[in-house]
This record gives sequence, C-alpha cells and structure tokens, in this order.
Amino acid sequence: MSVTMPPQHPVEDDKPTKGKSLTKAAKAKENLTSPWATAAAIIIAMVWTIPTVALFMTSLIPGDRYRTDAWWTVLADGGLTFENFNQVLFESFGDNSTAPPLLEYVFNSIVVTVPSVVFPVVLGLMAAYAFAWIPFKGSNFLFVLIFALQVVPLQLALIPLLRILGPENLGLAGEFPGVWIAHTIFALPLSVFLLHNFVSHIPREVLEAARVDGASHTQMFFRIIIPLSLPAVASLAIFQFLWVWNDLLVSAVFGSADTYPLTYPISNLAGDYGQYAYLVPPAAFISMIIPLIVFFSLQRYFVRGLLAGSTKG
Amino acid sequence: MPSTAVMAAGSGLHAASDLGPSFWAAQGSNLLFAALAILAFLAIVGLIMYGADLIKGSARDKVQLVVLVTPVLALLAVGLIYPAVDTTWLSFNEITNEPDPDTGVFTTSMQFIGLDNYRFAFSDPSTLRTILNTFVWMILVPLMSTGFGLAYAVFIDRAKGEKALKSLVFMPMAISLVGASVIWGNIMYDYNQVGEQTGMLNALRALVGLDPYNFLVDDPWNTLWLIIILVWIQTGFAMVILSAAIKGVPVEMNEAASLDGASAWQRFWRITIPSIRSTIVVVLTTITIMALKVYDIVRTVTQGRDNTDIVANRMYVLSFVEGREALGAALAVILFVFVIPVVIYNVRSLNKVKETH
Repeated sequence: MSVTMPPQHPVEDDKPTKGKSLTKAAKAKENLTSPWATAAAIIIAMVWTIPTVALFMTSLIPGDRYRTDAWWTVLADGGLTFENFNQVLFESFGDNSTAPPLLEYVFNSIVVTVPSVVFPVVLGLMAAYAFAWIPFKGSNFLFVLIFALQVVPLQLALIPLLRILGPENLGLAGEFPGVWIAHTIFALPLSVFLLHNFVSHIPREVLEAARVDGASHTQMFFRIIIPLSLPAVASLAIFQFLWVWNDLLVSAVFGSADTYPLTYPISNLAGDYGQYAYLVPPAAFISMIIPLIVFFSLQRYFVRGLLAGSTKG
Repeated sequence: MPSTAVMAAGSGLHAASDLGPSFWAAQGSNLLFAALAILAFLAIVGLIMYGADLIKGSARDKVQLVVLVTPVLALLAVGLIYPAVDTTWLSFNEITNEPDPDTGVFTTSMQFIGLDNYRFAFSDPSTLRTILNTFVWMILVPLMSTGFGLAYAVFIDRAKGEKALKSLVFMPMAISLVGASVIWGNIMYDYNQVGEQTGMLNALRALVGLDPYNFLVDDPWNTLWLIIILVWIQTGFAMVILSAAIKGVPVEMNEAASLDGASAWQRFWRITIPSIRSTIVVVLTTITIMALKVYDIVRTVTQGRDNTDIVANRMYVLSFVEGREALGAALAVILFVFVIPVVIYNVRSLNKVKETH
C-alpha cells in the first residue's frame, strides 16, 4: 500500500554544506540545551534498541535454565552459551526433537524471496515505462486503478487466489512457484507506482532524442529506461526483499511444509511455552541477521524508496 | 556451574554430521530451481520483447505497448481484482456441505443469504470484540507511531550523530513482525507466576518493588501491549519521513521567528507543524492501512486469546483453519470497508499531484 507524497523532494541524506555548518552547529546546541528533549531522545533510543539486545542475550541462556533464570543472572555466573544457535540451526527446531533444523527454513526463505523480488520489479518496470511515457487510451484510468489496488487488503484476495493456484486449477499452491506468483501479484501495485514515480521524472529530451533517432519502445526500455532507473530499482528491490523475507501471511496461505520460510515455524513455536520454548529467541535472532545486514548496508537506498512515497502492507 | 560444563562439552560446530547429504541435495535443488526460474523468466521476457521489436511497420508500437503492460494488468486482474470481487460475493453466501437427499453423496453448495454473515459478525460478542479491537489498533498505532516518530525526529534534528541515532530507531523496520513479537511477547512481557521474573519489564517492576504483572492476559490492556509491538516497528518509518519533511522547512523561517523571540516550542507548533502537515497526513494514513492488515503479531503472541483477537487474524483462522470461508470473507470485506475512505482520499491527492505537474 502506498500514498502519494506531497510534491516535495527530500533528498535522502542531506549532506550539510560547508556554508551552512555554522548555523547548523548553533541549532544543534540549541536543541541539546533543552534537557528534556535530550532525555526524551535518549529514552526513545534506548526503548528502541534494548529489546533487540535482550533477544540476543536471551538466546544465550542454556535450555535448562531458560524458564527459571533471567539472562542477566546467567550472565553474572558466566553460564551463557552459543549452544542454542547450534541446536536450532543444525539439529532441530520445533515442539519435538524430530522437527527439522532451522537451516532448512533459512534456505526456504532464500528460495521464496529472491524470485519474489525479481519478478515484480521487472514486470513493474515494464508497466511503469508504458504508463509514464506511452500515451494510450485508458492509460490514466488503469494507472489510478493500480494505485488504488495498493490499499486493498491482501485478505480480500486470499481465498479465491488460493483456489486459482490450488490443485483443481494450476496446482501450484504449496509449492515455491505458487508462493512466488502470490508474492509477485501482491507486490505489483507498489512496484508499478513507485517505479512510475521515478521513470516519469526522466527528462523528456532524453527520450525524445532517442525516439527521433527511430528507437522503438523495446529499444528505449533496454537502452534508456533500465540504466537510468537502476537507483529506483535498487530501492524497490530492497523494500520487496525485506517485505517478502519478513512475510508470514502469504507464506502461510500459499505455502506448505516444503516451502515455509523462517517466520512460520518461529511464529508457531513462539506461542508454545513448553519445554522447547528456549529455542524461540535464538531462532528469532537468526531470522533477523540477513535482513539487518541488508538493511544496514543498503539503508540509503531503502530510505530513498520510502521517501519516494510508499510503503506497503 | 554444572550446566555450563555440560554445554561446553557438547558444543562446537557439528553441522555436517547432523545434516546428511540428502539435506544438502534437497536444499541445493531448491536453490537451483529458484535460479533457473529467474533465468527462465528473464529469458522469456527478453525474447518476447525482442520478438516484438522485429515487427515492421505501424503495428510495432502497439504490439510493444501490449507486451509492456499486459503481464501486470493480467496478473492484477486474475490475482487481485477478480479475487476481491469473488470474496465480496462469497461474503453474501453460505457454504454448505451436506449429503444429497437422493444419492447420499456429500456435495458442497453455495447459497445466497444476503447480509447474514455480516449480521453474525456484528452480533456475535467475540467477533464484535474482534472488530472493536481492530478499530483500536487502527486509531492507536498511527497516532502513537507518528507521535513518537515526530518527537524523536525533532529532538535529534541536527544533533550530533543524527544519522546513527536515526538508525537505532529505524532498525526495527528490518525486523519481521514475527521477530518483534518474539522480542516483546517472549522476552519483554514475559511473566512468571513463581520464582524470579525473567521478563525484562517484570524484572524492572520487581526492581522498584512492584508486583509482577501479566501483560498478555490483562484484558483490555493486553491489546495495548500488543499495539506497542507494531508501534515499535512503525515509529522508524514515521520518523524517517517526517525528519525529511522537517529538513525541507526553510531555515530562514525558523531564524526569523527566533529573532522575533519565539521559543523552540512556539516555533514547533507555529512553523514546523503547519509546514509538514501534508506529510503528517500521509504518514498517518499509511500506518493506518498497515495496522489494519497486520495479523502476525496477534497470531504469534496470543493467538487471539484473552480478547486480543483482531479481524485480520480471525479472518485467517476462519478461512484457513476452521473452514468457515464465507464468514472469513465477510471479515475481509469489513477490513476493506475500513480502508475505502483512505483509498478515496489517496486517489484524490494523486490526481492533485498530477494536476500540479
């Protein structure tokens, strides 16, 4: 889902220019001299950081002490261990000792995610180019329709789409292609909208010059649109990567035991306070590693994607 | 520390020994399958576009246009528009699975029952409570996320290390809702009836001498504790967007007001807020829609127990666990009705943006 941003153009990381640095320094001083603001900022920063640290520390509590001891108690007597990560990843993760190891779900997450990023980005870029630069009858109506579809809850489409993909029809439900198709469809409205925003800002002269030289739509797409829209493609791809990697609903509905990604078994075991509850924190931490790496290394593109006026759900 | 000794003895990476060749063969073939699927997809798209480029004459442009837009339009028509219409129709029906009076064979039939599913949804106490909870989510999540996000954006604006401070609050956006649910449900809110409190918040309460509190069972406050999980995720989004908008406010305006003797507080309310109003509206609506559809948190933390259920989760349970698709469809439509005002508002502002271009 997404929304139109007001026509402002905030560039993601506004690098302070030398000339302004003096007033900025003065500003900074002014802000920080308000002790309440500083205190509030520190508290917010702590509340937003400590829970993740606590998850990591809790992952290190040995299974036999998970129920009775808090992580700081275990830390104090030196009992923290990485053994849980070993067990979860390579031995078994679930409410019984024969459950498959989490590593299997790590692979499933990768197999589910990568194609689900490529497909909607490519198809979305093609349509975005057409809507932005090729005048045709109904273009405006169709674009507004796609835009509006971003807001339609997935829930409205689940049952019939499952039937279409299900055994009576395409027979892809419960297999990777079924999950890819579902993810692709649900990503398209955002993909078209976000890429359209970008593609429509390519200078008209660039496209017209190519057009005058006799380039066809296909040639323009490959020679101009793809190279020039790579930054937008990167933003969208990161966005979609995090979205699909972290998704639970689509995978739960369209997947099966063969395809479930990390979120599925973790969600199941999280509500189970039995003897295997101690496996949940390390598993949750493992599930966060890849998105956090992607996020911190590519944060610039991710923020740019957000500021292009969109988020989805 | 007996346990540590045991753990230490048993530790060490033993990946390969536990995961046999069949495991790696299966994972390898899955990865290969995904790679081939991507290659095949790109090859097909490339070939079709190349083929459309070989056409000579005036038909070429038209064919190429069709090639560019058809995949998206077809997928959306089949995968989103038709299903949405179908679900809406299903919500006015009843699915029965009864033996045929003549043959005795069980047959599934659909019967039009008008608004009965909706009547049930709004009269059944637990379903009604589910709808009310969803309303609470829809109101509180955007307000709290935007409030915290705006406050933080203003507090750290132009402060030293602003980028790093932003990353801290922004980071939860990379975490799945399931992961966040584990962090809060299993660790922050954890409650032990006896013994040491292992949950962070209850340990804090114990530290200041308060009795332990069972966060997830205390109706109606438990819904608020669940809401905080989503607020924790969404605040970063609000903060980043609002921070960019705040930086778009001309510095001169603030300086002029400052010279006129306006305090920081006055400048915030008289200059910053009016200047970024449209962005605030965007952030609020975006988070509202997100909050409506999220089911991961309730499913992971409480599974809807103790009156914490919300429509998105109940819809899933009804449709895919209990086999009551028609009622599930009605709940999905109710979700959609909640967002219709936002759709209309968004389409209007899209048209406005287009006009100003």
